[in-house]
Amino acid sequence: MDQGSAAGTGGTFISLSDTEQRCYSGLYALCQPDSSGKPAAGKVAELFRASQLPAETLHQVTEVCGAKRLGYFGCGQFYVALKLMAAAQAGLPVRLESISGELPLPVFVGITNELEMRYPNQPLTNESQSHILGSVAGSAPRPPADRPVLRHPDTSMDKQEAWSPPQSPGISPPRSPSAYRSYPYGAQRNGTDTLLAYDAKVPGRPSVPQENSSPSHYSVKLQPEQPVITHVASVERLVERVEVDYSDDPWRITEEQREYYTNQFRSLQPDLSALIMGTVAKNFFTKSKLSIPELSHIWELSDVDKDGALTFPEFCTAFHLIVELSHIWELSDVDKDGALTFPEFCTAFHLIVARKNGYPLPETLPATLRPGFVEAGVVTAPPYEATLPLIVFDDNMMPGANQLKMGSVDLQVTSRPGVTAKQEARDESRKPEFSPKRIPEPHEKPIQHVSTLKPDSPQELDANMKSRTRPRSYSSTSIDDAMKKVEEPPTPPPRPQKTHSRASSLDLNKLFQQSGQCAKSGWLPPPPALPPRPPATQIFSFLPGSEKSSQKAVQQPNFADFSKYREEVSRCSH
Amino acid sequence: DNVCSGELKFHYTVHTSLDVVEEKISGVGKALADQRELYLGLLYPTEDYKVYGYVTNSKVKFVIVVDSSNTSLRDNEIRSMFRKLHNSFTDVMCNPFYNPGDPIQSKAFDSIVSTMMVQAC
Repeated sequence: MDQGSAAGTGGTFISLSDTEQRCYSGLYALCQPDSSGKPAAGKVAELFRASQLPAETLHQVTEVCGAKRLGYFGCGQFYVALKLMAAAQAGLPVRLESISGELPLPVFVGITNELEMRYPNQPLTNESQSHILGSVAGSAPRPPADRPVLRHPDTSMDKQEAWSPPQSPGISPPRSPSAYRSYPYGAQRNGTDTLLAYDAKVPGRPSVPQENSSPSHYSVKLQPEQPVITHVASVERLVERVEVDYSDDPWRITEEQREYYTNQFRSLQPDLSALIMGTVAKNFFTKSKLSIPELSHIWELSDVDKDGALTFPEFCTAFHLIVELSHIWELSDVDKDGALTFPEFCTAFHLIVARKNGYPLPETLPATLRPGFVEAGVVTAPPYEATLPLIVFDDNMMPGANQLKMGSVDLQVTSRPGVTAKQEARDESRKPEFSPKRIPEPHEKPIQHVSTLKPDSPQELDANMKSRTRPRSYSSTSIDDAMKKVEEPPTPPPRPQKTHSRASSLDLNKLFQQSGQCAKSGWLPPPPALPPRPPATQIFSFLPGSEKSSQKAVQQPNFADFSKYREEVSRCSH
Repeated sequence: DNVCSGELKFHYTVHTSLDVVEEKISGVGKALADQRELYLGLLYPTEDYKVYGYVTNSKVKFVIVVDSSNTSLRDNEIRSMFRKLHNSFTDVMCNPFYNPGDPIQSKAFDSIVSTMMVQAC
């Protein structure tokens, strides 16, 4: 697949942009070329069908790109064909002349489906996604290992950046890269119903609404159906999503967690495909010692179909949110006083940020996040351009993070130490003002550390970014932008908020607006779309959304007492 | 201070309109309750504002107060506003953690209401 940036057919050279190059190579990989470099005809046909162009157009494409002549799709022909399909989808005639200019990427419907269909035995879509990812990447290790696998070896940052955008919430109009961020939860909610239809791809599990849709509100399964996608690297997202997707989602439920949730569900309701009634669920979740408003908010997020009962996926979502939030709280509240001091708060926020960027939460607080260090770091956190402290900060952070994660993280980490630190430092320093917004924002500012880590090519990053709306969700809704790239206090031009489609993101949106334009201006979301931040909504509930969130967080009662659940979770883990 | 008195005025208006609502629903003797009956229409106009009422099957009452100067707001728009309100309200109700009678703290609900009010302006 080393055609460089040009694809030739019949002597005509068409140049491809970087995004196109990435996208097409991803698609090419999808079609599983055999040893001689010819993509499997079946896969190619599937891909073509997925573009939803009429058969006649597809024939034309095949003819024009030269594959008919050759009898197969070589790399060049494949690329030209993709461009022709993009042109056809944009309404241009299928001719070589049409594709000499810049075109949006072709849209392929159901590509993910195709891949998922290959794994009909996956109990849940999440797992099938993992498998797909695994297969695509050449290995199928379970969640922890997925990450490294997913980072294509040849990818380097580019690919990773490319992943981020795919995560953007499907509902939010990610037309422009900046739009990726939102995890429009609200819209997602409405759209989730549609998503559910798509999500239920795994055969044999029609009754299980996209399990992913719940936990991965944030990860946004970009459904190709979204009309707006045509202008965005939708294919890229699709491909990326398929390949990377859930393993990247910090909120993704791991296998052991899933099993744990399954057991819990069964304890409440033996039939996995049935519902847990509201009252039953209420009693159950109240045991988590979260406050009622939080539980109420979590419920709102989880009960996608608003029927007052939880299906198994909804249940998993709710449980997962509770677990994650409790975990974050436990980690942050070092002195266990039920309140967060400023350093603790920074820690908590940072964990949330890290979590959103795909770093699993550590079992214990990494050294760099201990209050003393954090305080020092925050105090000395230099502005955006500063390098020294940032680097220090980052270096310290990374090792801890690295221990916990998958090898893939190394790729990102090592290549972007400065940026990460910067972002983190910025995040830290901004936390107080950010908190209300940040939380709501997850979707608005896609956070992907990875994606944002490329200081020299923010554009690219943004383009690649994946819960939210930017801010809404998942949210992605994306706090990331704001968090990561935002400049320090000097107010950069405020970024138009990306609305998340998710309901939770609506909250965030509103919160965000309430919090003030001033805070907003604090962020300078990077132009490119960042992957929507993981559900900020949870953060929202975790830190009551308001300017006084830090104070309120301090007042959270007994947030951390969830140890028995965690023990069980670890017990469940193999 | 201004806000307070404004809010108080609205609270007062809504409270007095409850009487009108009661009057209207007690007059309805039909067993079937359809959208039309749920929507009570203009309860009474004053010089400053108009009050619209809506009652659900479970006798939960919604009251919308709009400025009289907003003449562009048509009846079916008000109806759709009530419908959205009703839907959002049911969503809130479905939350097992919500106790009927509590002030509604659902963000989703708040955002829908805000959006609606913004649209109406």
